[in-house]
Amino acid sequence: MIRWDWIPGNLGQLAAALADHVLLTAIAVSVGFALSLALALVIYRRRSLYAPIAGFAGILYTIPSLALFAFLVPFTGLSLLTAEIGLVSYTLLILIRNIMAGLDSVAPDIREAAEGMGYTPYQRLVRVELPLATPLIVAGLRIATVTTIGLVMVTALIGEGGLGQVMLRGFNFRNYAAVYAGAAVTVGLAIVVDLALTGLGRLATPWARARGGT
Amino acid sequence: MDLVRLVADWFSDPARWTGSDGIPNRLVEHVTLSGAVVIVALAIALPVGLYIGHTGRGAIVAIGAANLGRAVPSYALLLMFFPLFGLGFGTAFPALVLLAIPPVLTNTYVGLRDVDRETVEAARGMGMTEWQLLRGVELPIALPVIVAGARTAAVQVVATATLAALVAGGGLGRYIVDGFALQDDGRLLGGAILVALLALATERLFTLVERRLVSPGIRGAAPPGGQPYEFAGQVPRPMADSASGVI
Repeated sequence: MIRWDWIPGNLGQLAAALADHVLLTAIAVSVGFALSLALALVIYRRRSLYAPIAGFAGILYTIPSLALFAFLVPFTGLSLLTAEIGLVSYTLLILIRNIMAGLDSVAPDIREAAEGMGYTPYQRLVRVELPLATPLIVAGLRIATVTTIGLVMVTALIGEGGLGQVMLRGFNFRNYAAVYAGAAVTVGLAIVVDLALTGLGRLATPWARARGGT
Repeated sequence: MDLVRLVADWFSDPARWTGSDGIPNRLVEHVTLSGAVVIVALAIALPVGLYIGHTGRGAIVAIGAANLGRAVPSYALLLMFFPLFGLGFGTAFPALVLLAIPPVLTNTYVGLRDVDRETVEAARGMGMTEWQLLRGVELPIALPVIVAGARTAAVQVVATATLAALVAGGGLGRYIVDGFALQDDGRLLGGAILVALLALATERLFTLVERRLVSPGIRGAAPPGGQPYEFAGQVPRPMADSASGVI
């Protein structure tokens, strides 16, 4: 027996949970992106660090989310910090890998042309290589964001969770309308955010559009 | 450190190693559920993926599965199945199978699709039947990508079977869920260690399987960090690649 009439009466609660969800995701992806960009630039300077850094990020990525949160709770408690440490760790592998693939995708003759025009290595990185890497970086951001939106749900078990909290409470009180509403809003959020990031990626790379590429 | 002692005590308690809440039994529950799920998912997704990849028909199914698989969180899937099937194995099993299908299906399709067209033409020119072409040419070349899909699926299933403790009762996730509920850090950390080791072991197992199965001639040099992730749009890339940089 599903009491669908729970939904219209609790739109406010859903909206608040949605806002929480967006905030948790935004913090995780921003911090994860800043960290990944820094690490990618370190790798860019010292290529030999790629395998160990990617290996470590890979181990973090493989550890199940519930176990990772369980590791952290005795140290950082049931807190926002615990949730964010876990969420950020899951973005690292995706983002580092895509930033590096983007930088590597720049053709050698473009690099040489930039050098020939007198760009310093820093200028070449910022004005030539990073812009050309944008499509792959955006692809990484999309996947990291959609993955994070899903993982935020799990943080309901440590007292955060946004829409995951609505679902967990619905589950505990056998209020299945809340379970389905929470799930539907989450999937909707993932789709909307993904489309928005795709749009931003297009805006950031007008040259790709002009050529009819991606 | 106190926590180290707590965890050591938890592991060394003789009660930990016998009975239905003992580690051996929980491990068997976890592995049985995960194994059964992966086998059923492979049985469904492999033939469909091979058909789509070989014929090129129905690619939209593989693309749609990949996108949907990413958008619907596993946790949501578990809780959504609960009202339909109630507490226990019946809820965890179908939810986990649904979770495991997209990576296998998409990677099988993409693996076959990306086989060099000239190689396929050459095989046809040599008079191979469609079946011989699939078995002798396309499958071996696509194998690294297909195994990578199976590996992603298996690791995901092992990870999510932990959450299944919420709805199914059993498995190693039990320790984590109970550890949270009872605020028992020894149990919590002990469970987390076991689950993490199991996930890493699963990853390792599939890497070894790949090494055994894949012909040495086509083992390519992937970048140390692995192939970039891409969303499955019009032309999907594999959801996972043959070298994810995980040891």
